Amino acid sequence: MNQLKKILLIILFLGLFLVLDLLISPRMNPYYLQILIYCGINIILAVSLNLINGFTGQFSIGHAGFMAIGGYTSAAFTFYLGPKILETLFLPLWFSKPLVFVAGLLLGGTLAAFAGLLVGIPSLRLRGDYLAIVTLGFGEIIRVFILNIDAIGGARGFSDVPKYTSLFWVLGFTVLTIVVVRNLVYSTHGRAFLSVREDEVAAEAMGINTTWYKVTAFVIGAFFAGIAGGLLGHYLQYLHTNSFTFIKSFEVVMMVVLGGMGSITGSILAAVILTLLPEVLRPVKDYRMVFYSILLVILMITRPQGIFGVREFNWDWLKKIFSRKKAQAEGA
Amino acid sequence: MPIENNVILELKDVDVYYGAIQALKGISLSIKQGEIVTMIGANGAGKSTTLNTISGLNRPKKGNLFFKGQTIDRTPPHRIVELGISQVPEGRRIFANLSVLENLELGAYIRRDRHKVKQDLEKIFTLFPRLKERVKQNAGTLSGGEQQMLSIGRALMSNPQVLLLDEPSLGLAPMLVKSIFKALEEINREGTTILLVEQNAYMALNLAHRGYVMETGKIVLEDQAKNLLNNQKVKEAYLGG
Repeated sequence: MNQLKKILLIILFLGLFLVLDLLISPRMNPYYLQILIYCGINIILAVSLNLINGFTGQFSIGHAGFMAIGGYTSAAFTFYLGPKILETLFLPLWFSKPLVFVAGLLLGGTLAAFAGLLVGIPSLRLRGDYLAIVTLGFGEIIRVFILNIDAIGGARGFSDVPKYTSLFWVLGFTVLTIVVVRNLVYSTHGRAFLSVREDEVAAEAMGINTTWYKVTAFVIGAFFAGIAGGLLGHYLQYLHTNSFTFIKSFEVVMMVVLGGMGSITGSILAAVILTLLPEVLRPVKDYRMVFYSILLVILMITRPQGIFGVREFNWDWLKKIFSRKKAQAEGA
Repeated sequence: MPIENNVILELKDVDVYYGAIQALKGISLSIKQGEIVTMIGANGAGKSTTLNTISGLNRPKKGNLFFKGQTIDRTPPHRIVELGISQVPEGRRIFANLSVLENLELGAYIRRDRHKVKQDLEKIFTLFPRLKERVKQNAGTLSGGEQQMLSIGRALMSNPQVLLLDEPSLGLAPMLVKSIFKALEEINREGTTILLVEQNAYMALNLAHRGYVMETGKIVLEDQAKNLLNNQKVKEAYLGG
């Protein structure tokens, strides 16, 4: 019964996204549409990084590296293998194309997750700044490695990636990321992630396998970063290693910190803000990045714990308001 | 290794190093089921190191540890908790940003018997009623004494057979120390074996059945707690003459 409800809900949402995509995409100003898609991709990145940085407390600044792996892998899959698969599959194109796309994304995500596993292992021995440096280095290694593979464009960049990403896919994967991370973190097992962040020694003393949780956080976080990379590549139809420098990693870290380490809703909001802000500031032209930086500084000074801190915008607040009203009503 | 006269936990000739520094030099001790055993000694004597070695946070370089006759020298910490040894770490180490209830629930992380967990939660609330009052509060906002209660409660939530306590009196007012020790007595009466590391030697020896005195990584004295209280050497060194 419950299972059935869930499946129905998923179908309902997918239908909604499809309708939205079909209705909005052709009518919307392409510039706005692009911003919307960037918002989605950045939400995926920020929420997945929050699992590593915010909830598990493993400071990682290599998210762009995972993103690059996912982007290039999925693009290589759809570019080289895609056409062959489409030829051999006796299915209508409207059905087989998304199939190839999803297969590519999942492959990219999986490879990125594997990279996450590799990075997760040093996290067992390193903490804080030291771990940050290792992840930074790892991200750069990936980038330079890709830069030197000619088959996927090398220094020229990977062009002619098929355009598969649409609003539908971005919405779908954004919601999927949020749901997966939320369910993970707010389950009984999820508390274990938090306990690793709060106090590793105490967590171990409680019988929590901290090793497993740290690596899991890296693997899942990297998987979704890989998906985000794939979505970006199949939207721009072009990938270049310059988009995956440590500056991109910092951008995502900024979203997580700004939203609040350990708040999913915070990450979502911050991802949207940091995507919109540079666009909104276009009128000030040359001073755009100055204003952007100043706004960030002001935000961090006024709310050092991030917009939401470790809280979520959630039912607790509503419940509190509701229970207060109820108490008042009962008191009256 | 057969279980001899109810020995639940045993250390045999254990050496522990921090890098090049030897912290434990051939520690041997044994604890019987249902006992309260205390370890007293000055700072740096190796008391905490001993506890951390039992709970698996430190690894012995030499020697063996047995829990109910089974070796646990190489068992990872989370498996040791599953076996039935739970630690109240020094300095409380509660999860400050989580609620009291969440802290307690994390203590029961390894358990699958949801129904029993609920009963144990109630037991802890009767033991420490203060925690029940503050169940939704962030643990970091509790007072020192309440945090210590939470730390003990959290360790009890795994339903341990042996409870290891590392200086539960640290930084607490005498009145609070008394109530904490009373709770420990209660916990022991319910059947939990207790190994207590303390600076407050007087309180600890009054509570315990047996005691070990440690100095610079070695056990220098072992006796019934009552005898230790009257021991001239112990009096001079730890009880203030």
